[in-house]
Amino acid sequence: MSEYILETKDLGISFGGLKAAQNVDIKIRKRQIYGLIGPNGAGKTTIFNLLTCVYKPTTGTFYLDGQEMKGLTPDKINQRGIARTFQNIRLFNNMTVVRNVMVGLQHRPEYKCSVFESIFRLPRHFKVEKAMREKAKELLRIFDLEQERNALACNLPYGKQRKLEIARALATDPKLLLLDEPAAGMNPHETEDLARTIRKIRDEFDMTILLIEHDMSFVSGLCDEVTVLNFGTILAQGDTKTALADPEVIKAYIGG
Amino acid sequence: MEIILSTLINGLSLGGIYAMIALGYTMVYGIAKMLNFAHGDIIMIGGYVIFVTMATGNPLIAIAVAVVACVILGVTIEKIAYKPLRGASPLAVLITAIGVSYLLQSLAQIIFGSAPKMVTVYDFGTIKLLGATVQISALVTLAVTVVVMVVLTLFIKYTRLGRAMIAVSEDRGAAQLMGIDVNGIITITFAIGSALAALAGLFYLLKAPSVSSTLGAMPGIKAFTAAVIGGIGSIPGAMLGGILLGMVESISYKITAIAPYTDAIEFSILIVILLVRPNGFLGKKRREKV
Repeated sequence: MSEYILETKDLGISFGGLKAAQNVDIKIRKRQIYGLIGPNGAGKTTIFNLLTCVYKPTTGTFYLDGQEMKGLTPDKINQRGIARTFQNIRLFNNMTVVRNVMVGLQHRPEYKCSVFESIFRLPRHFKVEKAMREKAKELLRIFDLEQERNALACNLPYGKQRKLEIARALATDPKLLLLDEPAAGMNPHETEDLARTIRKIRDEFDMTILLIEHDMSFVSGLCDEVTVLNFGTILAQGDTKTALADPEVIKAYIGG
Repeated sequence: MEIILSTLINGLSLGGIYAMIALGYTMVYGIAKMLNFAHGDIIMIGGYVIFVTMATGNPLIAIAVAVVACVILGVTIEKIAYKPLRGASPLAVLITAIGVSYLLQSLAQIIFGSAPKMVTVYDFGTIKLLGATVQISALVTLAVTVVVMVVLTLFIKYTRLGRAMIAVSEDRGAAQLMGIDVNGIITITFAIGSALAALAGLFYLLKAPSVSSTLGAMPGIKAFTAAVIGGIGSIPGAMLGGILLGMVESISYKITAIAPYTDAIEFSILIVILLVRPNGFLGKKRREKV
């Protein structure tokens, strides 16, 4: 057990000559809701891609609960405990809502079932499938999606698709949940509802959450701490109110 | 009447072979998002493996060895030739697949020579059906194809592996970030496709007992056509396209006036269908969201 759920050390990546992120040190404690903010192109999603091993870092490394994660494949990262959502929603569109969640569930150790058992439809297969379906329903209930569980994911309205993405990520039983602009495209009422849901996830699942967001009132109302990025480097870090009041941060956002 | 019936059954069994090959094409396309143009040549290798192993005199052993050999070959090709190109442009992968196809054909020519080899796997004989003489092997081909398609559909729909396959086909990146071993899934897909190719090779030999290095070329292209007609990526589509093409071919061969143009007719059907339904009969429509 480490003091920090996530710790990045000198994390950085260059694409050719472009340093998309450099010297990024972030420390996130258990049960924190942590914000990653910054102007467009500051490298926020790049950090997410580094943390999920979609990109290989050029410098530095990062630790999940004290264990080094660098060099794993994205599927192993997920199995170790980092799950994410995407800026542009990436659901399995032609699957039903409940099956989307079940894809997330099926790699948990408690739902393991061998190919043999699955193909020959042995009793264990049915038992596991049933348990998974129940668990999926339970997750969907938290997001108010239980009614739509048999609808195709692509037929859900936008706000519900965002919620389903979070439910699917949670289904993989992460220690750290990465949310990439969860409030994008939502109206103020939906945003408020989302903030409530995120707090609920933290409380019910003892979850640590790292989120990217542009909506400053959403961030200041929800996040315990933030890191502000600009041009791939850290501009300010720490307590949300203080960091957002930093003159450098205001300058970066407003320009000047 | 007899001619109609025998043409019909021949068409169905030929269609079954096409469908079996098309299933391999369509699964690999649906999941790995690539056109494996070497797929037809796996059939040919399967044919040669049967030719060699028939020395044991036991067709069952020959078939089993052929299936295993083709699975190993398919998976190896994927690992060596296609996996390093994951994420490369689709054109690079396509050219590589064509290269692999020629490589396999040339290897077969070097090893077995260019003259066709005769190989009789098993003579099922014929049966009288409503007055028509029908090859029993044609009926066997048809039956096995239907069973394979049903099993494959159930497998994809009701097993965890199937669910993971659909997830990978829908969004590879997102699936990987949900903990799915994408490379493993693609390997399994190639294994299934190659096993089907081996079976297709067997049925080819039951129909026409000779194997040459170009055995897989034409059926490969016909099956690809069938997969596109049915809607590439769709399993029932591959079956439908295969049967349709087999029927057209069988009927066209029986009509003396158009028999020489059979291949042209089949490919013309592809063109017409692509004009009318660009996604094939059962293909998914790609909806662009604005």
